[in-house]
Amino acid sequence: MSNFIIRRVFLGIFIVFFGAMIVYGVIRSMPSSYVETIARERAANPQSMRTYQEWIDELNKVYHLDVGIVPGYFGWLKNAIRGDFGISFIYNVPVTEKFKEVIPYSIVLNIITFIVEIVISIPLGILAARKQYSGVDYAITVFALAGLSLPTFFLATLLKYVFSIKLGWFPLYGITSRFYSTMTRPQQIMDMARNMTLPVVTLMMLSIGGLMRYTRTNMLEVLNSDYIRTARAKGLSEKVVINKHAFRNTLIPLVSYMSTLLPAMFGGSMITETMYQIPGIGYISFGAMQQGDIPFAMFYTTFLILLTQISLLIADIMYAVVDPRVRVN
Amino acid sequence: MSDKYKQTLDKVEEILDAQLGSDGLPMTTPGEMALDDQRRVKVLSPGMLVFKRFIRNKLAVVGLIILAIMFTFSFLGPVFSPYTQTQVFKGMKTMSREFAGAIYNTEDRYTVADGETFGSADRAAYLFAKGQGKADFSSANGEFYYVELVPGFNRITKLEVVVKTDPLGQLPKNDPAISEEFIKAYEANKKAGSFIFDDVLYIITGMKVKSISTEKEIALASTFVFDAYKQADDKFVQSHAFKLAVANAIADEKDTFQVEDREFTIEIDGKSGTVFDDSGAGFAQISDIIVNPLDANAFLSVEFKDTVRETMIAKGDEFYFTDKDGQEVHYKIVVVNQNYTIMRDKDTEVIRTFEPPSKNHWLGLDNNGMDLLTRLMYGGRISLMVGFVVIIIEMLIGVVFGGISGYFGGVVDTLMMRFVDLFNSIPFYPIVIIFGSVMDKLQVGSKERIFLLMAILGVLGWTPIARVVRGQILSLREQDFMVATEATGIRTTRRIFRHLVPNVMPLLIVSATAGLGGIIISEATLGFLGLGIKYPEASWGSIINTASDAHVMQSYWWMWLPAGTLIMLTVLGFNFIGDGLRDAYDPKMKR
Repeated sequence: MSNFIIRRVFLGIFIVFFGAMIVYGVIRSMPSSYVETIARERAANPQSMRTYQEWIDELNKVYHLDVGIVPGYFGWLKNAIRGDFGISFIYNVPVTEKFKEVIPYSIVLNIITFIVEIVISIPLGILAARKQYSGVDYAITVFALAGLSLPTFFLATLLKYVFSIKLGWFPLYGITSRFYSTMTRPQQIMDMARNMTLPVVTLMMLSIGGLMRYTRTNMLEVLNSDYIRTARAKGLSEKVVINKHAFRNTLIPLVSYMSTLLPAMFGGSMITETMYQIPGIGYISFGAMQQGDIPFAMFYTTFLILLTQISLLIADIMYAVVDPRVRVN
Repeated sequence: MSDKYKQTLDKVEEILDAQLGSDGLPMTTPGEMALDDQRRVKVLSPGMLVFKRFIRNKLAVVGLIILAIMFTFSFLGPVFSPYTQTQVFKGMKTMSREFAGAIYNTEDRYTVADGETFGSADRAAYLFAKGQGKADFSSANGEFYYVELVPGFNRITKLEVVVKTDPLGQLPKNDPAISEEFIKAYEANKKAGSFIFDDVLYIITGMKVKSISTEKEIALASTFVFDAYKQADDKFVQSHAFKLAVANAIADEKDTFQVEDREFTIEIDGKSGTVFDDSGAGFAQISDIIVNPLDANAFLSVEFKDTVRETMIAKGDEFYFTDKDGQEVHYKIVVVNQNYTIMRDKDTEVIRTFEPPSKNHWLGLDNNGMDLLTRLMYGGRISLMVGFVVIIIEMLIGVVFGGISGYFGGVVDTLMMRFVDLFNSIPFYPIVIIFGSVMDKLQVGSKERIFLLMAILGVLGWTPIARVVRGQILSLREQDFMVATEATGIRTTRRIFRHLVPNVMPLLIVSATAGLGGIIISEATLGFLGLGIKYPEASWGSIINTASDAHVMQSYWWMWLPAGTLIMLTVLGFNFIGDGLRDAYDPKMKR
């Protein structure tokens, strides 16, 4: 087991290293004029003792833009390992600081979504499996596939149109409303909850289908297995058979599904956050990447790669821990 | 030949003969079949089996119908559409344009006599004196005197000193240049400030040392404006002589006056008046309302100005005026503070943007004035084409990569799969967004953009297919037919691509169908974010892009709802079919 984990960790490191390198190469190919803009600004400052050229040289050196892609990547990596990801071009604060500022929104948004998603989709998935090929099963399958077929932006636009514009129940944009600063604490929480409702519903509707089908498949597999037949033959009530024997066993594959929560939580949900302008990591990094903010984009993508690797590792370990039958390797 | 054998042979012959009909062919009774009858054992090819199972799946059939409709719509639709993809619809629209400005004049306007100057310093001195209520004022140019002929007309003259008194106000008695009659006239009118001597008007100014001077016409300050009926007369009407004559006529309450040997009659009506020439035709208009064209080159006729003034005095806010071409044009008067703006309704050709659905344009017009239904058809072509090209790229890379990896196994497999892991780890949206902005910065043309986008999506998405192919080939290569190919010494490439890959095809088609939906969604999402396909090429995603503007989303539902619905239905269709195929291909594999 420990042997496996060590191998897996090394593979993870290898992937993060080369993954970040590929991303770095792509980002560097961007004809970024951002450094030039900053240099011009600083040179124009009357207190500046240096010329435009001096500034641009200095900035290029700081961001390792004066050397080729590979040395530049190693320069970046050297700082990154020490936790120094540089100063964001467009937000003008250290990248990690900006990250700390915005990440709570993404975490809260994704945790709420995840809880709602589980509460809704697992019972529905089990129901569909129990009544395979019935009307309920078809309805649930269609619903799940419809959820998978909806583009995020279309669903978000539709929800905003109906619930924000036509009905006026929820605000269109943002995480807080206009009078947030004058509210009392409970009011502030209510206000945020109101602003978060549509994003949560959007994320939930998009992911619910996948989890539902996953649960259904696993449940069907379990229900067709011998020990369930034995339990039924023993004369156990259907409730006991389903809840005690079958459901528990469906949880095993779900564990691996849940490991996807980690990248989602810290990686944010780029499109949804952008659609509702929730200032989480997804929205913030979307803006950064579009404008060629190299330090921020590098930090975000590397972080995502790292998170995916960690979550895969956790999934592998959890799988083995939860189900001793799983042979490692 | 033994008897026994012959007997048996005869018996067989007898039986066979009994089965033959009169035509000598084997006879079959209807409804009766031999055990090995072809019709008894209904053999279905594996493909047929899959097809039958697929057709029995209601959802899959629904998906097939949806896709058939989508393909007809996108690929045949444009043939029947009366419009082209980039046809811009224009229309005439009545637009109010600012045409002229008007204001009640309260400030003095100066008309300077020929050959004289009355500069801004002089004007300031005049205004100052007027404010103080003094009749005379002086500036660097000399001494001036003004008199109000009638309210609104101030005649300004320059004083030319004839003689000065001593500090006691006495004129020198013994000066031969000054006659005694003159002194007498002065003494008599000292208080009045002016006197007439020898038909010349003398003005007395100054406190202690008084100056006696003659006056010379310099300027006329007036709050009234003069408009000539004929443009040719304008210069004459604006001249100092004419204006002064008019002012004098009004002051003297005379109906007629003469300027440069021409006879004029004047009619006063409240704060405006009309001057007629000797033939009785209108010559000039006098009013305290200034009407100016906003376009400096335009000439407003007096009739038009008159109509504006009448409307303003009557406090109306609109009027009709028949212009030169005999067309009646509608004008509106808008008042902001003290400024009146005259708006003219003019038919202008405009692009009909955001027009709601109508009989000619079933889904309305978009932000560029193009027919949305037609755009959706062409957009469907691009969206579906992108989907298919990308999936083909993915399949090509995936099959080669997965095939090689699965066939060789061992170290090669491990290395290649680590490469797949690496590729898989690259986050999709971040990298595509960066690519999108790279393309933006490099200003890639809209056609090249489509191809680049296809390539990027294909290169980023092949890993799941490679995994499927590898897994399948790993199990296939252990089977007997592969041992046979090895034994017959077939080339490796041939073994992989002729014997293994065709066996992977069914599963490949299943995963490709399921993947198509995802690709269409990604393409649409990028289009929506403005990073995908760009105007003038249309794709379903880029059509919705306009709805990222909150105003468009709120007001023009036809800009995003149809396109979004098409995307959703198409993806749903692909998902239904993919699901149905998976079910049909491997019924044991649960949905």
